[in-house]
Amino acid sequence: MSLWEYANPVKFMALSGRILPWTAALSAICLVVGLIWGFFFTPDDFRQGSTVKIIYLHVPSALMAINVWFMMLVTSLIWIIRRHHVSALAAKAAAPIGVVMTLIALITGAIWGQPMWGTWWVWDPRLTSFLILFLFYLGYIALWSAIEDNDTAADLTSILCLVGSVFAVLSRYAVNFWNQGLHQGASLSLDKEKNVADVFYQPLLVCIAGFVLLFVALMLLRTRTEIRARRTKALLARERMA
Amino acid sequence: MKALLIRDLRLAMRAGGGFGLGLAFFLIVTVLVPFSVGPDSALLSTIAAGILWLGALLACLLSLDRILALDWEDGTLDLLACAPLPMEGTVSIKALAHWLTTGLPLILAAPLFALLLSLPSAGYIPLILSLLLGTPALSVIGTFGAALTVGIKRGGLLLSLLVLPLYVPTLIFGSEVARRGADGLSYSTPLIMLAGITLGTIALLPFASAAVLRVNIR
Repeated sequence: MSLWEYANPVKFMALSGRILPWTAALSAICLVVGLIWGFFFTPDDFRQGSTVKIIYLHVPSALMAINVWFMMLVTSLIWIIRRHHVSALAAKAAAPIGVVMTLIALITGAIWGQPMWGTWWVWDPRLTSFLILFLFYLGYIALWSAIEDNDTAADLTSILCLVGSVFAVLSRYAVNFWNQGLHQGASLSLDKEKNVADVFYQPLLVCIAGFVLLFVALMLLRTRTEIRARRTKALLARERMA
Repeated sequence: MKALLIRDLRLAMRAGGGFGLGLAFFLIVTVLVPFSVGPDSALLSTIAAGILWLGALLACLLSLDRILALDWEDGTLDLLACAPLPMEGTVSIKALAHWLTTGLPLILAAPLFALLLSLPSAGYIPLILSLLLGTPALSVIGTFGAALTVGIKRGGLLLSLLVLPLYVPTLIFGSEVARRGADGLSYSTPLIMLAGITLGTIALLPFASAAVLRVNIR
């Protein structure tokens, strides 16, 4: 029994079919509880007023935007090294979700920035590197959709993902060098005693869990769709041959 | 290897080879900038370094699809794949030929165009230095992009979408050198970073380009 068994599409379909409703339901519960808790049952911040509540969308989506790319990097590596088709399809399925997460983070950030910093957009390192990440996602998706042959597309996009990751990290540090920012540093980290005041922190954790589960559910759903599309294509091809 | 380089250079020099096209484009960009931002020379001299870098980058981008597309169409790439030269060598030579035909003329012309944009006199040496160190990275990264999109019909727009984000670090450090130089500040830190990026891409990216090209030829 190893993880690699699920590289078999039949086994993957069986397992993901069983998990999918649970993750979807759990994500819905977490998001509903977390967002309602965050929006209506936390006090206003004494300086930021009620605008602080956008944190419940901004932080989880920003977190996911980066981690989705990381997941694509891992699945691309698995495709390059072990050539499991499910892995390549999972990377393909994850990219549009990542783009939407990046967009949510950018837009909620702009909405938050307007009352707080008095501007919708500044060329701050964090904002800029997110914009660059957005461009990387766009290029990745465009390359997938431009190539007809599935295996070629999987190969090319996974190499692009590897090279892109290196350059994304480079850009991250390059923009730090290029401009000083308004955005605060990392507020959440695992090794800190206290991150954000507890009243805000607890609903935020629920929201983050909700976003992670939402991503897993969407990713499973989209990967299943891709596998089914691939099967349909194969069946059609067989039909034509006969 | 040498034969391939000479062949590529000759092809580029011939009529219709696109030699000088990048240079003309660079000139047009430089000439158009005062029209769009106004002829005020104080303003021009503050943005000159950035404009020149951006112009050089766009001129480089313009000629990228010529690196591999023609060889792909007439089957030369298939022959090169069978040749004793490893694919990594082929793409490195292609990148070098691209740099010699596009990057080097840009560097030589840059001081002249800097004059048009009234770059402060302290800025010339850092500008040339940064272009000299930065444009090889542009060629190498561009070859990677060209290898990715070589099998796609009308992949030009896709090529720019893929390559431009990869150009970000080079552009940042390159124009930082030129800008600091123009302001009379010390520019050794960004120059070292720029050199690091260029050396890193020259050392590593040909492997990625070659892998991508092998997939496309398969």
